[in-house]
Amino acid sequence: MEFCGGHTHAICRYGIEDLLPPNLRLIHGPGCPVCVLPSGRLQAAIDLAERERVILCSYGDLLRVPGAQGDTLLKAKARGADVRMVYSVSDALDIARAHPDQSSGVFFAIGFETTTPPTAVALRQARATSWATSASIAITSSLRPRCERFWRRLPRENRRFNPLTASSAQPTSAPSSAAAYEFVAAEYHRPLVIAGFEPLDVLQSILMLIRQINAGEARVENEYTRAVSPAGNRKAQRLMAKCSRCRSSFEWRGLGELPNSALAIRPEFADMGRRAPLHRAPFVPPIIRPAPAPKCCAASSARKSARCSPRPVPRIIRWVPAWCRLKAPARRIITMADFG
Amino acid sequence: MCLAIPTQVVEIIDEEHAVVDMGGVRKTISTALLDGRSAVGDYVIVHVGYALNRLDPEEAAETLRLFAEFAAATKPPELRP
Repeated sequence: MEFCGGHTHAICRYGIEDLLPPNLRLIHGPGCPVCVLPSGRLQAAIDLAERERVILCSYGDLLRVPGAQGDTLLKAKARGADVRMVYSVSDALDIARAHPDQSSGVFFAIGFETTTPPTAVALRQARATSWATSASIAITSSLRPRCERFWRRLPRENRRFNPLTASSAQPTSAPSSAAAYEFVAAEYHRPLVIAGFEPLDVLQSILMLIRQINAGEARVENEYTRAVSPAGNRKAQRLMAKCSRCRSSFEWRGLGELPNSALAIRPEFADMGRRAPLHRAPFVPPIIRPAPAPKCCAASSARKSARCSPRPVPRIIRWVPAWCRLKAPARRIITMADFG
Repeated sequence: MCLAIPTQVVEIIDEEHAVVDMGGVRKTISTALLDGRSAVGDYVIVHVGYALNRLDPEEAAETLRLFAEFAAATKPPELRP
């Protein structure tokens, strides 16, 4: 099974399956977290995009993923929302810089560990320069919990016949380390090969897997030595650790709640402006104002009846006027940190 | 989105930016995630506009050598008339 969509792409593009003997079958694995993003999160992004003076940027594949009732960010764009497809998070920052009149540019950051370091760089840049009006919905996913859940869901006979294997490779491996996959061998006793993306890489990796299976071994092997080192990209790892933290739990479409499976922006990057006084932020549109308390509680606390037990209003979006202390009020960073 | 492609650096712009060539398409990318300075001629893996890793030329040559060995070992028998 190849875990990464990049491998599935190489396998299909070069017809690798047709080159394999009939007793060898490839199972296309789960790929990246875009398609398993729960519809509620997407709907929240659509709602946000439809607010005035918001530019929502994201990668192209996310724009087509359906939210509630089949609505997508692309359909929202057709209705007039300012949704932009970007190639890179740096493009989103450029857009925010080019539109200082807009109150917030939002970047929907989704992806595996590969996509997280670029988002971390962008967060650092947004923080270090005063021009960016940027917000980020950070939903990035960690490979291991999904890997495990996927594994447990396989019928027992499939576990026997299709070792969880070939190659969660470069996209996820390049910034993270080869050691991150050791659990597959150690806990599940299955061979795993970190594979490159050229067709010969994939074939070579399949051969390495078969050799391990025939020898009755279960090790993590690295075929992609020209790009993946055992330690991984330390700089990217440091940056990720600085900007993001692990969520205790996150719900995925079709997979349910998975502990430690997603990242969120760290408070120092997410909540920069919360420490700033409210009156300094006159241009905050309604969506990013703190949610008001329920009316019955807004009245005097003495009038609270026993029947009044308002649920706490979830603070979906926290707004952060980060730069208004030093710069013009319109220049601030708005960050969507814990997003529900 | 999950495609990370090897590209070659053709121009250095500043400490954190470089121009790469992807099969004839030139694109400015960020090299902020790489350790050390990049040089023209380096091969880097680019994902969403950011270079994630620098390819090790020696390891790449070793992989190519393995591929050649693999091809030689699996050469189909020559057809005889």
